[in-house]
Amino acid sequence: MGKFVKKGKKEVPAISTSSMPDIVFMLIFFFMITTTMRQSDPLVKTSVPSASQVEKLEKKSLVSYIFIGPPKNAKLGTESRIQLNDSFATLDDIPNFIFAERDSRDEVDRKFLTTSIKADKTVKMGIINDVKQQLREVGAFKISYSSRKDVD
Amino acid sequence: MINRKEKKKVPAINASSMADISFLLLAFFLMTTTMEVDTGIARRLPPPVPPTEKPPDIKERNILKVNISKNDRILINDKIADVRMLKDQAKEFLSNPYNREDLPEKRWDTIPALGGLYEVSKGIISLKNDRGTSYEMYIKVQDELTKAVNELRDELSRREFGISYMSLKNDEQLEAVRKAVPISISEAEPEEYK
Repeated sequence: MGKFVKKGKKEVPAISTSSMPDIVFMLIFFFMITTTMRQSDPLVKTSVPSASQVEKLEKKSLVSYIFIGPPKNAKLGTESRIQLNDSFATLDDIPNFIFAERDSRDEVDRKFLTTSIKADKTVKMGIINDVKQQLREVGAFKISYSSRKDVD
Repeated sequence: MINRKEKKKVPAINASSMADISFLLLAFFLMTTTMEVDTGIARRLPPPVPPTEKPPDIKERNILKVNISKNDRILINDKIADVRMLKDQAKEFLSNPYNREDLPEKRWDTIPALGGLYEVSKGIISLKNDRGTSYEMYIKVQDELTKAVNELRDELSRREFGISYMSLKNDEQLEAVRKAVPISISEAEPEEYK
């Protein structure tokens, strides 16, 4: 009889959660290494066109972005605007932006700087031509027309 | 009495909140980071031309004129065309397989990885667009032209090295193929509108 009573008293041991932080930390490190910080808040809509012959942009730290598209805030109209870093800009701001981008990189990396033009599908070529002319004048010759990979 | 004191253990630090802290960090990184790799069509802009310099004389047969109008219509050599025709026309223009008189000339170039001399096309695709052309159409055209070049490179790579251009790993071979089939797209200087 005594045997049965003893068995009923036995408790289920609590599951140890002490390894949980280790697992989560492992996940954190994975994300820290595989990802880069989000650059800036987009103020313009940039739904980039799709193309089949896209190339990956190597070395994200050596890419400077120029966003072009209609403003997200509808109050600002639908005219395409240029966004550099976190604010709207005009064409004349581009040279200074490129110089600032160059200054923030190591001397050896400067010639590998690529400018990625992230422009919305609906943007007209006029503004893109103007941006390209500005880039040519300051010697930022390496550019990339940001586009999504086609699925065909 | 002394014996009992020695037996007393230091209480373990409660580590159950550690998981919460690390989850918080994890959530932060998840929110602030982007996973997707940026992709795009890579191009090299030409250096600015001094206004005094005259444009170089290029023979008619060495130019393929591609115009995109403000209504996103395409003209190839002043004839109305469709984007889907562009790739094949560009390929024929750049390769000139039968050495036709009205298609570009070739010049001999030394490319050691391709066995010494190789005929490189002198053809230049002249791309011109209007200020009103949509960016989407422009990218479509650029994409088709890149496709033409990449297919020619692929054919060459398969013929010479037996593997596709995309899977070429040898830098010397890659450089050779790129030199043999250059991306020769010239964009017109934008015109001033008065």
